[in-house]
Amino acid sequence: MIESILDNNLITFLILLVSVGALVGLFIGLSVFLGPKRTSKVKDSPFECGWIVTTDAWRPFPIKYYLVAILFIIFDVEVAFLYPWAVSFGNLGMAGFISMMVFLAILFVGLYYAIKKRVLDWR
Amino acid sequence: MSYSLTDIFGVLPELILVVTAITAILVDVASKGKDSSATMLVTAVGFIVSGIAAISGVGTIGVLMNGAVFQDGFTTAFRAIFCLIGFLTAIFSPAYLHFRNIRLGEYYPLLTMSVLGMMVMVGAANLLLFFIGLETMSISLYILVSLNRTNSKSIEAGMKYLVMGAFSSAFMLYGIALMFAVVGSINYNDITNYFLADPTLGPLTIAAVALLLTGFSFKIAVVPFQFWSVDVYEGAPATVTAFMSTGPKAAAFVVFIRVFGIALHPVASHWTLLLSWIAILTMVFGNVAALRQTNIKRMLAYSSIAHAGYLLVGIVAGNHAAFAATGYYLAAYALMNLGAFAAVIIVNQRHGTDGSYRFDALKGLGFAHPLLGISLTIFMLSLIGLPPTAGFLGKLYVFSAAIETGHIVLAVAGLLNSIIATYYYLRVIVLMYMAKPEGDTTIPRPLPYAITLIVLSVLILLIGVFPEPVISLMIAVAP
Repeated sequence: MIESILDNNLITFLILLVSVGALVGLFIGLSVFLGPKRTSKVKDSPFECGWIVTTDAWRPFPIKYYLVAILFIIFDVEVAFLYPWAVSFGNLGMAGFISMMVFLAILFVGLYYAIKKRVLDWR
Repeated sequence: MSYSLTDIFGVLPELILVVTAITAILVDVASKGKDSSATMLVTAVGFIVSGIAAISGVGTIGVLMNGAVFQDGFTTAFRAIFCLIGFLTAIFSPAYLHFRNIRLGEYYPLLTMSVLGMMVMVGAANLLLFFIGLETMSISLYILVSLNRTNSKSIEAGMKYLVMGAFSSAFMLYGIALMFAVVGSINYNDITNYFLADPTLGPLTIAAVALLLTGFSFKIAVVPFQFWSVDVYEGAPATVTAFMSTGPKAAAFVVFIRVFGIALHPVASHWTLLLSWIAILTMVFGNVAALRQTNIKRMLAYSSIAHAGYLLVGIVAGNHAAFAATGYYLAAYALMNLGAFAAVIIVNQRHGTDGSYRFDALKGLGFAHPLLGISLTIFMLSLIGLPPTAGFLGKLYVFSAAIETGHIVLAVAGLLNSIIATYYYLRVIVLMYMAKPEGDTTIPRPLPYAITLIVLSVLILLIGVFPEPVISLMIAVAP
């Protein structure tokens, strides 16, 4: 039973994979072979909103950006969990409520830790 | 999907460790990074309580959490062993961290979470829960390895471990996905039943098994995926090396037994030969490379690669007696390797040595420090595999299981390698007792080290003389 469903799905998936690949390949190939190529020094330089490039993009910048980004990801994932939980809140009952509260409590310990370690202190 | 009280009590050791880790984080925040002894205390108490909860589960066999967690002998035994490893690592860490000037309270919560991940791994009854445990363990270890952040070797080790670990996790995850595509389930029991019904291998199954085998080989550091381990073991803080060469390796091996030894047993004829070669090459590589080392830490790292080879013999042998033998040997290996590292850490704090783990630091220590000398001798004898230590019985059980199931070549290779290994282990004992002491032999001897050495050497002798309780505990649930 499982195998037959899976095989059908697998074939559908393979057809999708091949047709997507073929279509993308066709369009890119057409533009590569048919399109005109005119290059110049200005055209090949990195585009930076029309400004003249001043420095290399590979340079150190404050680690605080990374910390904020990491914190952001954690709370982004939290929201991703909260939406489906909120939608099926009625079905999950007390057990669902308690599980989510435990999850949120653990996350908030993390946030408290981050604040106390002055991750969000930008001075 | 809801859980009964039996489910909750079944995973009590894990829950206790979650609470411990959170409490340790809060205590560390409250101490404002000045003094981490309170954090250490919380962690140590947490390990003791969790260990007691684990031991109270002796004898219960079943499946918990709607079939997601095995509650069997392997789970119980290794939960307790991991708690012991975690506890001893926690209590002997402060002196070392102080010596190395690492003042980060995060060390203890990370240690707790790593042990938590190991417990989840050994209890997991499906591939996904195992993977979550693996990542919990590994991510904590990546940070622990690079904790000595002013030392470029530690940073290098952390970077190597992160890249290699992420790479092997990707292999593992791809293998899990393909296995799901073939079987339609991630439960070990469903995988067994699927292959019992149809033991032929399609191309998708071969790819899945190969990817899983590659992932496991990275995690337990066997040939040809062992190169990361020596540099990581050398660069990491020594207490972390002691921890990660015992606990995580044992956890990965238990899952290896569950996945390859039991779940994929119906198709064993397809991977047994490959695994036998991996076992032989791993033993030979580990032992031959260890012969030439001048650094004790690197010697122990290669020795732990060689031991992974011996342990694979038990998985190749592939019946329940062999798995019990492997479980026993894993327990013995964890105890003796942790002990050896603990002793080496103390030796390295000897006055007048530059902290570079050279063999010279051992010269003449045997008579100057009787406890250190005797316990390090016991650990080395156990690593060689001489009676009356646990290492001897472990090897005996594993190799005799291999002979009983007809893998005589493997048993012979294991014995020959054990003889080669005698040379570099005995060198430690010879240097301690037969070389003249050079310079100052005073060593700071904090109490936790003495506790660690005594507990571990007594346990090694105890389960070496009375193996029955441990070996009868090592039962894995099989469908």
